[in-house]
Amino acid sequence: MGIFGSSAMILVGYIYWETNGYLEQQTNATISAEIRGLTDLFRQPGGPGVEAVIRDRIARDPSRSTLYLLATADQRPVLGNLAAWPAGELDADGWYHFTQRDQNGQPIPFQGQVLQASEGQRLLVAKEQTTLIATRQLINRVYILTLAIGLLLALVGGIVMSSSVTRRVDAINRTSREIMAGRLQRRMPVRGINDEFDQLADNLNAMLDRIDSLIDSVRAVTDNIAHDLRTPLTRLRGRLENLALYPDISETVRNELNETITDADHLLATFRALLRIARIESGTHDEAWTDIDLGALLHDAWELYQAVGEEKEISVHLGTAGGHMRGDRDLIFQAVSNLLDNAIKYSPPGSEVRLEMSDEGDLLTIAVSDRGPGVPESERGKVLGRFYRTATVTGIPGSGLGLSLVNAIAHHHGGELILADNAPGLRVLLELPKTDLSGPAAVPDAGLTRKARQALPPPGESHG
Amino acid sequence: MGSMRILVIEDDPGVASFIIGGLRESGHTVDHCADGKDGQFLAGSGNYDALIIDRMLPGIDGLSIVKTLRAAGNTTPTLILSALGEVDDKVKGLRAGADDYIGKPFAFAELLARLEAIARRPVREGAETVTEVQVADLHVDLLSRAVHRAGKEIELQPREFRLLEYLMRNRDQVVTRTMLLENVWDYHFDPQTNVIDVHISRLRRKVDKDFDLPLIHTVRGAGYRLSESP
Repeated sequence: MGIFGSSAMILVGYIYWETNGYLEQQTNATISAEIRGLTDLFRQPGGPGVEAVIRDRIARDPSRSTLYLLATADQRPVLGNLAAWPAGELDADGWYHFTQRDQNGQPIPFQGQVLQASEGQRLLVAKEQTTLIATRQLINRVYILTLAIGLLLALVGGIVMSSSVTRRVDAINRTSREIMAGRLQRRMPVRGINDEFDQLADNLNAMLDRIDSLIDSVRAVTDNIAHDLRTPLTRLRGRLENLALYPDISETVRNELNETITDADHLLATFRALLRIARIESGTHDEAWTDIDLGALLHDAWELYQAVGEEKEISVHLGTAGGHMRGDRDLIFQAVSNLLDNAIKYSPPGSEVRLEMSDEGDLLTIAVSDRGPGVPESERGKVLGRFYRTATVTGIPGSGLGLSLVNAIAHHHGGELILADNAPGLRVLLELPKTDLSGPAAVPDAGLTRKARQALPPPGESHG
Repeated sequence: MGSMRILVIEDDPGVASFIIGGLRESGHTVDHCADGKDGQFLAGSGNYDALIIDRMLPGIDGLSIVKTLRAAGNTTPTLILSALGEVDDKVKGLRAGADDYIGKPFAFAELLARLEAIARRPVREGAETVTEVQVADLHVDLLSRAVHRAGKEIELQPREFRLLEYLMRNRDQVVTRTMLLENVWDYHFDPQTNVIDVHISRLRRKVDKDFDLPLIHTVRGAGYRLSESP
C-alpha cells in the first residue's frame, strides 16, 4: 500500500511540476517576446518611435489583456492604458507583479517587465495572468483529486490484497501449529481457485499425508512389537507363577522364583514406560485432554506420597496450590508422581521434600525440591534422556526412565522440565502453559517446546 | 466366589492354557475357543457367567465381538485381554461395552481378581444401596463415615476411609494394587514404587494392629484381601 501510494504521489507531483513550469515558461516567453518586439521597434532608426508603437498596440487590444505604461523617472504617467504606475512587487527573476480591478471589482493579476526607455523614461509592459492562474488552479485541483483518489485506491487495494494474503498465510500458519501440537489429521485449507496459495496448500497436504502414512506404519510396527513381545512375556511370567505354586519345591526355590517374577515385572515396567514415552512423543495422546484442577491434583499427589515419605522419616510439604490448566490428567499426575517418588527416593532421612506451585501469568509451574545429592549442572541435560543416571545414585534402585517420561509429558503439554540446584539438593520445575477452558484448539502451540514457541510470532501479530 | 462358567476366547495356546489352568484350579468351569467368529457365536448362545476375550484375534477385533454382543442385548460380564495396554486402548475397550480391561502381561491373580469383581457386579446392582458394611467386629457406616471396631471408634482420614470402604465392598476378594489406584485414587498411572503398600500399612495400623483378628491380608504376588479368614 505504501509503495503504491508514494509512487502515485511522485508521478502526479512530477506531472504538476512539469505542467506548471511549462505554463510559467510560456507566459514569460510571451511577455519577453512582446518586449523584444517593442524594443526592436523603438530602436529602428526612422521608425515610429516609442509613443507611436505603444498607441498602436493599445488600439489593437481593447480587452486590455496587455497593459502598457510609459512614465517618467519619478513614475508620472506619460502614455498608456494604465492610469497610474501600479504598486507591485518585483520578483527574483525581474518580473514585476501587480493586480488591477476589473469592472466587477475582481482582482486580476498581471505580470510584466519594466524597461528603461530613452531620456530616463520607464516603460512597463504587463500581461494578465488570469489564464495562467486559472490553469494553475485547475492543475492544483486535478493534482489534489488525483492524489486523493490515488491514495484511496492504494489504501483499499492494499488492504484488500494484504489482508487476503495475510489471511491465507495466517490460515497456513494456524494449521501448521495445530499439526505440530499433535492434531495430525488437520490439513491446509484449499480455496479451490488454484492460485499460488492453493498450490502451496496442496503440496503441504501431500507432504502431511506422506508423514501420516509413515506414522501409521511406525505405529503399526510399534503395536506389533508390543504384541509380539508381550505375548511371550505373558507366557514367561505365567510359567514362573505356575512354578512358584508347585507344592513340592523348597522354600529357597520358591523365593528365587518370586524374585525372578519381580525382575520380570521390572523389565516389563521399563518396556511399558519406553512404549509410553514413544507414544506420547509421537503426539497420539490428545483425545484425553480435559480441564485439570491442579490444586486438587497436587493435593492428591501429596496425600499419596506423604505416607511414603513418612515411612522414611521424610516430611513432604505441600505449598498453596490452585489453578486450572488443560491437559491429560493422568499424565500430569504421572509426572508429579515420578518427581515426588524421585525426591523421596533420593532424600536423606529427616529432610524435607517440598511440593509447590506458582502461577506466573500464562504459565503454571510445579516445583518439587529435595535435599538429596542433586544433579551436577553438567549432567542436567543428559539426565532427561532415557536410562541416564548420575554417578551419585548407584545403589538406589531405579530404571532411569522416570525423568525421561516427565520430560515427554512436559513437552506434550507445550511445557518444559527444568532442573536446578536447591542448594543443596535438586529442585525440579515443571512448567506448564495455562490455557483457557475452550479446548485443545485454544492451545495453538502445545506440543512445541517453549523455545520453539518463542520463535513463533505471537498470534495476531502477522496482520499487516 | 462360587464356581463360574467362563468362556475364554484367546488364540495364543500358551496364554490360553495358562489362563484356563489357573481358572480351573480356582474351581471354575472353563470353555476355550481359539477362533474369533466361533467365539462370538458361542458367547452369544451359551450361558456364561463371564467372558475373557483377547483383543487381537485372527481376522476379527475382540472389541467388535463385545459390541455385537451388547447390541444384541447380551450383558455377560466381559474382560478384555490385550497386548495394547495403554489408557486410551482401555477407554476404547470400555466404550465398546467391556466391563474391564487388562494388559498383557498380567499376573494371574490380577486377572482373577478383576474377573470376580466384574462377575459380582450384576448381583450388587440388584440389591438396595448398601449403607453399612460389617466384617467380623469391624463396622463401617457409609453414610456417617463412622468406623468402629469392637465398639471402639477409629479415626480415619478421608483417603484412608475410601481405601477401607473399597476393601470392605470387595470383601473376601483379592484386590490388586492397580485396582486400588484406579478406584481409591481415581488416576491411571504407574507408580515407580509401591505407594499402595504404604497406605495399606497405615490403614492396618489403625484397623488391625490393636485387635485380635487381622482382617487385611496381603496376597503374595497379587494384592490385598479384606476377610475374616486369611
